[in-house]
Amino acid sequence: MPGTQAAKTQGVLWSWLTTVDHKRIGILYGSSAFIFFLIGGIEAIIMRLQLARPDNTLVSAQTFNELFTMHGTTMIFLAVMPFSASFFNYMLPLLIGARDVAFPRLNALSYWIFLSGALFINAGWLFGVAPDGGWFGYANLSSTQFSPTHSIDFWMLGLQILGISSMLAGFNFIVTIINMRAPGMTLMRMPLFVWMSFVTQFLLVLAFPAITVALILLMFDRFFGTLFYAPSAGGDPLLWQHLFWIFGHPEVYILILPAMGIVSEVLPTFARKPLFGAPFVIFSGIMIGFFGFGVWSHHMFSVGMGPVADSAFSIATMLIAVPTGVKILNWIGTLWGGSIRFRSPLLFSLGFIAMFTMGGLSGIMHASPPVDLQQTDTYFVVAHFHYVLFGGSIFGLFSGIYYWWPKINGRLLDERLGKWHFWLMLIGFNMTFFPQHFLGLIGMPRRIYTYAPDLGWHFWNMVSTIGSLIIALSFVVFIVNVVKTMRSGTPAGPDPWDGRTLEWSIPSPPPVYNFAIEPTVHDRDEFWLQKNGDGHGGKPASRPRAATPQDIAAIHIPPPSHWPLVLALAVAVMVSGLLVSTYQIIVGGLLTLFCMYRFAMEHHRPAAGHGH
Amino acid sequence: MADHTATHAVHDPNLGTTGLDHRKMGMWIFLGSDCMFFGSLIGTYLSYKGKSLSGPGPHDVFNIPLTSYSAALLLASSLFMVLALTRLNENRIRAAAFWLFATAAFGLHFVLNQVYEFATFALDEGLTLSTSLFGSSFFVLTGFHGAHVTGGVLWLSILMVLALRGKLDRRDYTKVEIAGLYWHFVDIVWIAIFTIVYLIP
Repeated sequence: MPGTQAAKTQGVLWSWLTTVDHKRIGILYGSSAFIFFLIGGIEAIIMRLQLARPDNTLVSAQTFNELFTMHGTTMIFLAVMPFSASFFNYMLPLLIGARDVAFPRLNALSYWIFLSGALFINAGWLFGVAPDGGWFGYANLSSTQFSPTHSIDFWMLGLQILGISSMLAGFNFIVTIINMRAPGMTLMRMPLFVWMSFVTQFLLVLAFPAITVALILLMFDRFFGTLFYAPSAGGDPLLWQHLFWIFGHPEVYILILPAMGIVSEVLPTFARKPLFGAPFVIFSGIMIGFFGFGVWSHHMFSVGMGPVADSAFSIATMLIAVPTGVKILNWIGTLWGGSIRFRSPLLFSLGFIAMFTMGGLSGIMHASPPVDLQQTDTYFVVAHFHYVLFGGSIFGLFSGIYYWWPKINGRLLDERLGKWHFWLMLIGFNMTFFPQHFLGLIGMPRRIYTYAPDLGWHFWNMVSTIGSLIIALSFVVFIVNVVKTMRSGTPAGPDPWDGRTLEWSIPSPPPVYNFAIEPTVHDRDEFWLQKNGDGHGGKPASRPRAATPQDIAAIHIPPPSHWPLVLALAVAVMVSGLLVSTYQIIVGGLLTLFCMYRFAMEHHRPAAGHGH
Repeated sequence: MADHTATHAVHDPNLGTTGLDHRKMGMWIFLGSDCMFFGSLIGTYLSYKGKSLSGPGPHDVFNIPLTSYSAALLLASSLFMVLALTRLNENRIRAAAFWLFATAAFGLHFVLNQVYEFATFALDEGLTLSTSLFGSSFFVLTGFHGAHVTGGVLWLSILMVLALRGKLDRRDYTKVEIAGLYWHFVDIVWIAIFTIVYLIP
């Protein structure tokens, strides 16, 4: 096979470009996500500096539009989602006792398509036409009449590419979770991060088609003269809003559920207790995913849908608070009576619980249409969703970073710097976003690039800007921590936290085959059971026997492949052709077909010695 | 030790611990996702039904006999697909290739009918993508279905060529089966579109 020989003869770079190892792909996702997180953060800081005082002229109105559009798009699609994806990639196979994902090459393809989509959206900056229609891209502001430049095109086509990546990853992880669990790992014995990721993947594959269609209709409107969002022909811009939010609300749970899963792993480890009422947490996650498809119109109360629709969506939205509340109760119940160790991962998880609860409470406030009509399009909403997406997702994901860093890199992140990071981030976060509740209630609208001095908004805006700089400082501390750890971090050993799940039973970083001997699972906290028994006098579970060199030699590792990278490039050539010329679309399309064929045929007949 | 031999047994990398095939499960999940795709397109069509401000309406342009013939072609091709799989399972490769060819040919006939239908709508009836909401939503919905059929025709043709060149046999049953799943799905979607768009007044 050419892939195998190439990897042997070529350098490190080639081995990363052609890797199909879920752990390496996880690292690629994580490092790309962090870079885009920094870019999105810089965009946020520029906006906060602009709003620090009234009548500021740091950036123009147009630049401000581009900044908030790209900040939202970047943080959602290029930071939080790929951060979650990096944990899906790295951790899911380890948590279920598998050696890889179900489709290793498809996994690599998801990453390369993600990267090309991310670069495509940001390419708008280079051409001076960064997307400026908001991350929600409402019609008919996005029509050629009101957005004649390519700004919307970069956004629309980039999102379409990212959608392909997310859906491919969704198919892959659903099959992986159902089909690659170690023997004995029944569904109810799956660790909570696996469960929450499982629900997330279903949301991905069922919600993304709606935005795919919305974007296709927009693309046809902009390129081929259809009339979907043209009021002059009877078209209804609300069609966009419905399709977008049918995707957009499940998307909110796509962003938060993985973080909830991480917190549900971290709390039991650092409280040294099993997760309190784990089945309730699991079923609450399923309920959240299920209800998530029935609440989209609460983003649209102000468009005038009538009392029946308003009431139905309001009730459904408030119902979601029930499973969410169950989870919060169970997390607190997990801590109750535990022998708690306040290490950095736990601090971030506690931050998650507190901040997410506050975001959830303000969410219930505008689940009520009369209240929402007061709050919609004000800074109150900005404060709300930053409490759930930053206070929730980002705190949860960083809890995961501190928790699993030693597993991934073999070294522990510095505790002291980790605590500095946490407290600076918590203080900065609350300073930035809590005052925005006040600003919203005294009438400051979202998405304005400046404001007059006599409106009484300048004090809290200044506080908010200072808070955002403290957040930035906290990430400087994090980067220093990472650099320090890479150079001279304490070696972690396989099980630095006295962990409960299977990933801690193997070396840090794990060998390429993960598990030398396939584990057999008896409990959700299998590794804890192996170490300590069930705590009620039961004997510890049997550990896998020691591996022999013959065992290792018999392990089948999928060979590297360059086709995922080449296929992703071909897709990028085809899609970007829409902005260049028809010939490029045709050439790119033919290339894509050819690469798909070669991709499919690469392992048509297994190599000798591997059987079929 | 039984445990020991199990580790050393040569394992089909496509089979999971549930005993199910990864690829087949992946295809089912893709089809679930594609239901949402066509659901959104059909929803768009229905929400714009009767809202066009100008241009010909659905029943001014539809040629129901022709489209019924097209639907019959797709339905028949699903039967051929089943026959192709049966022959492959019997390892009768040339017969399997023949039925794969028949499936793809009927699919291609369907696509050509659609091309003819679109051309008559545009040239004779004056209905294009930008005539009215009906034109936009009709062409995009049925066009994306046609694109799915075209993809299926390509896929089946490649399988047929592989079979004729001796590169496809009984061991590849699952590969052909998932192509069949896709093909039947596209067929079922057409039944929905034909009923909702063409038959319901």
